[in-house]
Amino acid sequence: MRRTFLSANPSVLWFLLALALVTLGVTVMAEAGTISTSFVKTLGKTLCLCLIAVAMDVVWGYCGILSLGHFAFFGIGGYAIGMWLMYARTEEIVALSLAAQALPPTAEEIRSAIGTQIFGVVGSSEFPLIWALADRPWLQLPMIVLLPGLLALVFGWLAFRSRVTGVYLSILTQAMTLALSLYLFQNDSGLRGNNGLSGLQNIPGLKGVGQDRISIWFFWGSAAALAVGYVFFAWIVSGKMGSVIRAIRDDEARVRFLGYHVESFKLFVFTVTAMVAGVAGALYYPQAGIINPAEIAPIASIYLAVWVAIGGRGRLYGAVIGAAFVSLLSSWFTGGGAPPVPIGFYTIHWTDWWLVLLGLSFVAVTLFFPKGIGGLFDLVQPRPVADRQGDYGPDAGAWRREEGEP
Amino acid sequence: MTTLLEVSGVSVSFDGFRAINNLSLTIGEPELRAVIGPNGAGKTTFMDIITGKTRPDEGHVLWGELSTSLVGKSESAIARLGIGRKFQRPTVFEAQTVRENLALALRNRPGPFDVLVYRKTGQGAARIGEIAEEIGLSDSLTRAAGELSHGQKQWLEIGMLLAQDPRLLLVDEPAAGMTPAEREHTTDLLKRAAETRAVIVVEHDMDFVRRLDCRVTVLHEGSVLAEGSLAHVTQNQDVIDVYLGR
Repeated sequence: MRRTFLSANPSVLWFLLALALVTLGVTVMAEAGTISTSFVKTLGKTLCLCLIAVAMDVVWGYCGILSLGHFAFFGIGGYAIGMWLMYARTEEIVALSLAAQALPPTAEEIRSAIGTQIFGVVGSSEFPLIWALADRPWLQLPMIVLLPGLLALVFGWLAFRSRVTGVYLSILTQAMTLALSLYLFQNDSGLRGNNGLSGLQNIPGLKGVGQDRISIWFFWGSAAALAVGYVFFAWIVSGKMGSVIRAIRDDEARVRFLGYHVESFKLFVFTVTAMVAGVAGALYYPQAGIINPAEIAPIASIYLAVWVAIGGRGRLYGAVIGAAFVSLLSSWFTGGGAPPVPIGFYTIHWTDWWLVLLGLSFVAVTLFFPKGIGGLFDLVQPRPVADRQGDYGPDAGAWRREEGEP
Repeated sequence: MTTLLEVSGVSVSFDGFRAINNLSLTIGEPELRAVIGPNGAGKTTFMDIITGKTRPDEGHVLWGELSTSLVGKSESAIARLGIGRKFQRPTVFEAQTVRENLALALRNRPGPFDVLVYRKTGQGAARIGEIAEEIGLSDSLTRAAGELSHGQKQWLEIGMLLAQDPRLLLVDEPAAGMTPAEREHTTDLLKRAAETRAVIVVEHDMDFVRRLDCRVTVLHEGSVLAEGSLAHVTQNQDVIDVYLGR
């Protein structure tokens, strides 16, 4: 009667197999020199985007909360790791240059030199309070999950407690994202304003190791994080928890009358997915090398929703496919990979027209293929669908649809 | 029969409109009670107040042996105290199977972390089997609830209420859209449930109420117009004037 987790969710095994094959293939090709280091980084970043898309699918596709704030959590994770990376890197450089002096520098001098290096660009040399832990990685790195988790907990508690739902909640999360990015744009926010944090590809302690090696390590790390995250969320959305959160998506009032405290469930899902988004961000930005407040802007979170919608909401592999497909296609189009199309009086340059194409395909998917790319798998193995929209009962004398409640 | 629910002097208005006006009502345990009344009499608002969806402007709603006040409690807390509600339109979770629907309603610890580590038990499966038997859906446990006919959905929802094991069942128009045979089955279900618990049925259909054969409360403009057996209230001149006479 009781089935094991994997036999009940065969898609998890298939997903892990596919991910392992991709990882292996990329590794072999990178070793052979077929693909460049920068492309390995692009692929590694794509895996991080897949991870946050899975989180987004859980919060939106399964729980019905269209959060336009998950990229903010992604960015916070990036900033959290970036502060340590940047501090440690600058410390190495400063120590090197001060070592040439006649007198050995004091700890005070080193710290102030690091401050000048990091904050000189915004006209300051003082370490703001939020950098207090940046020199101690064992304290700073937990912030990757703690900060997004805490923000999601506080924000979610306030929003869900007031029973804000639907489009209003989306607007609220978007406002949170916008406020955060505007705050970070300020020079006195303590995170270098619109310069952001840079040089994040230099990992402390790995000075002699080339970027070709580091990129493949990060690729493996991202693949491992995606695998663990996928299995974790597959576990959450299967079984009774999945049943409850899908029920909340479909009819939240009814779930309340069954005795479940709906707000706690939403808060749980919102917070857990925010923490995973933080992890994804912390793996993404060292591969990108730079993070600035523009990354957190609301448009990024909207992209995230578009990926999940195109890939197929309500199934985890759909989110992965959507994120990978759209973001890789996007870098192909905007990176000049797609050839321009001359149509006589005008030439379509995809760098200008890609967003239009993306917008149109989003509309088309929403209207004509609501199941997204993931829906193609239903052709192989149909899933039972249940939305009977006909009359209430089949017998004579039973109510017709028009007679019932809307 | 002991008093389970006492509603006294409750009023509530929406934008100046008095939906419920000084309503008082007592339900014992076990008891089967039908609440009837013309449209806009406040039947649904009355249920909303008991289940915590609407907060009354004044008055008391007291529950159980300890006379706990239900006013200001959340819907989920009230549901856990043992009040189950069935809506007019069947609201089952159509994308999930009949078994999942029933399992959702089973009385278990309801916190997110309890649910996360929840494991199926033989006891729970047996209880689901029992209920499915009672509502006639034993063969449909693995079907998606959305595939069921309207009448079967109504039963599934009643089954979910039974799975909740409530002390008070609030049932809103259970016979709407049912065939005569389905109605009969529904009456039996409700009568059987009322042997061990309190059941309040809100209904339009007089024949259905007659078949329930129980005490009847007539609501009009948000307060109780008459109460007693169906024969008694149908002879009441006020009731004839506002409801039956039309």
